Amino acid sequence: MKVTNTNKTKTAPSFFDSKETIDGDIATINFGPTHPATHGIFQNILKVDGEKILSSEQTVGYIHRAFEKLAERRPYNQIAPITDRLNYCSSPINNMGWHMTVEKLIGAEIPKRVEYMRVIIMELARIADHLICNSVVGVDTGALTSFFYPFNQREKIYELYEEVCGARLTTNIGRIGGFERDFSPEFHAKLKSFLKTFPKEFEEFDSLLARNRIFMDRTKGAGPISSQRALDYSFSGPNLRATGIDYDIRAMKPYSSYEDFDFIIPVGVNGDTYDRFMVRQEEIRQSVRIIEQAYKNLPEGSFKGEVPDFYLPPKEDVYNNMEALIYHFKIVMGETEIPEGEIYHCVEGGNGELGFYLISDGGRSPYRLQFRRPCFIYYQAYPEMITGSSISDAVLTLSSMNIIAGELDA
Amino acid sequence: MMNDSLKITLENALTEKFPSVEFNYSADEPSVVLPAQEIHECIQFLKTNDALCFNYLTLLGAVHYPDRPNAELCMVYHLHSWKHNQRIRVKANLSIESPEIDSITDLFTGANWLERETYDFFGVKFNKHPNLKRILNEESMAYFPMLKEYHLEDETREDKDDRFFGRF
Repeated sequence: MKVTNTNKTKTAPSFFDSKETIDGDIATINFGPTHPATHGIFQNILKVDGEKILSSEQTVGYIHRAFEKLAERRPYNQIAPITDRLNYCSSPINNMGWHMTVEKLIGAEIPKRVEYMRVIIMELARIADHLICNSVVGVDTGALTSFFYPFNQREKIYELYEEVCGARLTTNIGRIGGFERDFSPEFHAKLKSFLKTFPKEFEEFDSLLARNRIFMDRTKGAGPISSQRALDYSFSGPNLRATGIDYDIRAMKPYSSYEDFDFIIPVGVNGDTYDRFMVRQEEIRQSVRIIEQAYKNLPEGSFKGEVPDFYLPPKEDVYNNMEALIYHFKIVMGETEIPEGEIYHCVEGGNGELGFYLISDGGRSPYRLQFRRPCFIYYQAYPEMITGSSISDAVLTLSSMNIIAGELDA
Repeated sequence: MMNDSLKITLENALTEKFPSVEFNYSADEPSVVLPAQEIHECIQFLKTNDALCFNYLTLLGAVHYPDRPNAELCMVYHLHSWKHNQRIRVKANLSIESPEIDSITDLFTGANWLERETYDFFGVKFNKHPNLKRILNEESMAYFPMLKEYHLEDETREDKDDRFFGRF
């Protein structure tokens, strides 16, 4: 984008005439760490020639909270709240990824109903995650309406979380083995109303941006990456799919009964901001399809599996039933037998492959727990993606990659 | 678990090229253990071999085992072959005295920050890494916090010890 000042000779020297920004003179700009356009605590030290970015260096770690170290001193059920704070835009996916990891370690059998309930919650979380990301892309192109409008629907998703677990953002939803309670009648009513109203309102949001000439001109070609480079950088999730590679854990290695559902994995072509936006938009539609299928075929059965060593018994049973009291004591006092083992489990998070590498030595807490945080891995490519473009494109690229500070810094 | 034909291909290909390789199938994914100096070559071989095609680096990191003499640190590389939809772990044991290993940033650009993170938390030095410095922690830090000798809590506390975490 080029702006020419036609009245240059008549006006007094302005900021743009100052020596710093004249072509050939290189200025250093701190983009972040606390800049409104970064939507989080990221620092980028940009070297710019006028508007053109010559190089960029990132500083990460501003909100590092030592999750991997913390996890080594926490019982398994107390690690779920840590995972909330990774990608906090879709914490239910993180929670359930962790629960499934532990279930894989202990070899628990999970009822089909729980798996379907999980799919419903995880896809709701994916919708909320993508909605935030895409509406923020709207903000960074100057369209504030598209930011507020989807929040109406996101609020409904948060109300659905509240019905299941009582919390909204850092949900700690579900337990090892299932859910703390079954879906309530209010949840059913709210989910039905959501499925009815969401697609229509979502298409309205889509029509604000997807074929908007200004938006398209602004986002097409901004922050592109080729599929080969994306692979080199171990991209995953929507950002990888926007480059044209259809890698999705839900299809590649289905977990939680994803193989039962019919859905499409959308891919882009150019790997630019517009493609990332469109891939997320289509994924939202597919998520609605998955929720509809899961909800329609929701099997009868229990909302929890038989894992008494990990799942706290109901409180009245603790008072009246010897066995429940013993299990309660064992869980709270850390007497639970945990198998030794080494496993890796991954789920398709809001941002891509969210993995848990867990080593158990039989202790009450993990011997080592490493998170595969998709943000941390693909944020490395950011300088490469913005070099040569303008600062305003750098802002757009950052928001369209959906870098979440919590996941980046662990 | 992996299918038998792939298992045979992997075993034959690796044993031929790296005689000291050890295979382990006890975990959910197969793992191979190699001497540290062969890691770079092995990962390159796994990536470029047409029959195996481990083309995607999922994760890499280290684990600290203070009780294993001369093998206190274990590097773990998680590779994924999309062709076979098979994951594998490549491991190398390092001594805590001189934890050095060749960087794989030339094979996978995305290994850059993961290696910096491993250096930051475990002190593993990656030879030929383009920019090996701390990433999440402050640069003036003088120790590597994920090593087991650094306790999470205040060490003077007596109410939370290993007994409460199932370790005696």
